[in-house]
Amino acid sequence: MYGKGLRALSIATVAAIALALALVFFFAPLDADQGFVQKIFYLHVPLAITALAGFMVGAVHAIRHLRSGDRSHDARSYVSIHTSIIFGVGVLITGSIWAKASWGHWWVWDEPTLVSFLIVFLLYATYYPFRYAIEDPERQARYASVFAVTAGAFVPLNFLAVRLAESLVHPRVFATAEGGMPPKMWLTFVVSLAGIALLWVTLVKFELTAKSASAHLSRLRRALEPA
Amino acid sequence: MPALPLDEAGKYVAGAYVVFVVLILIYVAIMAAKLQRLERELRELAGFAEQRSGRRDSREATRETPNRDPEVTAVAEEMRR
Repeated sequence: MYGKGLRALSIATVAAIALALALVFFFAPLDADQGFVQKIFYLHVPLAITALAGFMVGAVHAIRHLRSGDRSHDARSYVSIHTSIIFGVGVLITGSIWAKASWGHWWVWDEPTLVSFLIVFLLYATYYPFRYAIEDPERQARYASVFAVTAGAFVPLNFLAVRLAESLVHPRVFATAEGGMPPKMWLTFVVSLAGIALLWVTLVKFELTAKSASAHLSRLRRALEPA
Repeated sequence: MPALPLDEAGKYVAGAYVVFVVLILIYVAIMAAKLQRLERELRELAGFAEQRSGRRDSREATRETPNRDPEVTAVAEEMRR
């Protein structure tokens, strides 16, 4: 059931990412301050936004699971968080590479944006041991949903705190008094964000389809095998 | 820090994009392994189901062998009613 539209979604994702890459390397102007290194921005920032939004999606599904008791919402919440953690790994690695190229250090501990993202990432990294420490499936799903809601509420709070904090080296390119990026950069960024967001949706759908097929197979095995 | 020259910056940009591609490839490889496992299980179950239906067919065939003549079968049906 989850596999419906997966093929079209995959094609759209590949097309969007190909277009984004073409815009990044052949259309977007070079940054006056950072030069070619700024191209990492079109990968790093969409990954970060999508990962954080994915954690929020996980929280929304967790709320729906707690309200309805429907286990499919728990599966959606789990897969959303799982995919966002993978994207989070991408954010941390690409961010470190960009930091090394721009600031000369792989990591800057007194920079609120970096440290806050690391805290959110580590918080969600505890989701797996927390979830699988509980054996009873019903309790496991319920407790994991409570965790997802609590951690999900932490994401916008964290984002707000970072925006309010004074940044030392990490740039603020959105909603600045100077107007932020030029239109060509904006367009490239929006297409990159769309491509990465589509990739997230595709991977979530892909994994849900695999999980659903696996569950159906287990049911079939139980039905076919002699008691 | 001043902007890095293109040859220096290119390594970092390539590194970042390669990391992204590698992550996606690892994910796809893990999903492919899962898919293979599902396929194997499905094949096993299909074989099991075929075996079971084969056993049932042979049981039914054995029961019906003496009554292959349609007339005899009809009489047997009638008697069963």
